[in-house]
Amino acid sequence: MKAEHYAVRELELSGWPVRITSYRIGETWYAKADNVSPGANIARAKAASLEQATQRVLEKAGERLAATRRFPLAD
Amino acid sequence: MAEYAHPEVLVSTDWVSQHAGDKNVRVVEVDVNTGSYEEGHVPGALGWSWDTQLCDTVRRDILSLDAFDELMSSSGISHRTTVILYGDNNNWFAAWAFWQMKIYGHADVRLMNGGRAKWLAEGREVSVDEPSPVRTSYSSPGPDESIRTLLPDVMDAVNAEAVELVDVRSPAEFSGEILSPAGLPETCQRGGHIPGASNIPWGKACNDDGTFKTASGLRKLYRDAGITGRRPVIAYCRIGERSSHSWFVLKYLLGLDNVTNYDGSWTEWGNLVGAPVERGA
Repeated sequence: MKAEHYAVRELELSGWPVRITSYRIGETWYAKADNVSPGANIARAKAASLEQATQRVLEKAGERLAATRRFPLAD
Repeated sequence: MAEYAHPEVLVSTDWVSQHAGDKNVRVVEVDVNTGSYEEGHVPGALGWSWDTQLCDTVRRDILSLDAFDELMSSSGISHRTTVILYGDNNNWFAAWAFWQMKIYGHADVRLMNGGRAKWLAEGREVSVDEPSPVRTSYSSPGPDESIRTLLPDVMDAVNAEAVELVDVRSPAEFSGEILSPAGLPETCQRGGHIPGASNIPWGKACNDDGTFKTASGLRKLYRDAGITGRRPVIAYCRIGERSSHSWFVLKYLLGLDNVTNYDGSWTEWGNLVGAPVERGA
């Protein structure tokens, strides 16, 4: 087996830059989301289709990113 | 890779594809947990979980000597084994395992340049089979903590301004705008950084494909940020795994003699009562 259709794209989610990596191994599609800077993995999903895997990972990542608090810095 | 100070600690994905099955080679995928490993991994590779196999699961610490010996023995690793580590998140947790294996004196341990992402992106063969290695009787000579810094020594060094501190977290973590990487649980009470630290995010040491930059590029990166190695260098991050990656760069790719990993990192410092904290860039 090999990872096929390996793809990486960046988008904004809940106000944060996110990198989505997707690929298929065997019959299963995988998608994972990282937070670009620093690049920590924040959500993963697997499904029978690319669309399902991507949708699931975006939902999970969106929830987690929305919970991130920003602390304003003094000028 | 030849221009690195210690090119022998780095192997390419090509090298792994040719040597993963060699009798004296043991490939291990190291991630925060084994989720990625279970999707598919380098054929013949074992999977180690940072959460449960590379940390003391009761107190916050590296593995005890006995636990380390047990992990090596159950993984079929002897003192003569060439251990190749790679993993998710651009080898963060693989670098943690590398650092710990050096603490416990394993001679030949290497990182696969580019990690799991590069292996997958190149369309190389993966397997879901988990090998069953023949058990060994590994006995570590004992921990060499000269490559590790604990809180009291960081405090002393900061107070004496006798150290070059490298904070490898993202700029937003360094400044205190956020308490942990976006999307991850907050693990500290205060945001900011240790006074005097330079912010050199770990990822600046890597190319887009996750491989390490050239030695000249790395030298420039750290020199431009004021890290010369003329004083002891301490790397830290949030929980010590990203800083293991930067420690690897500074010690093995650039050849700095006196560089350590402060694995307590911001999760420790940012929870202390009364510790000095700087906020802002």
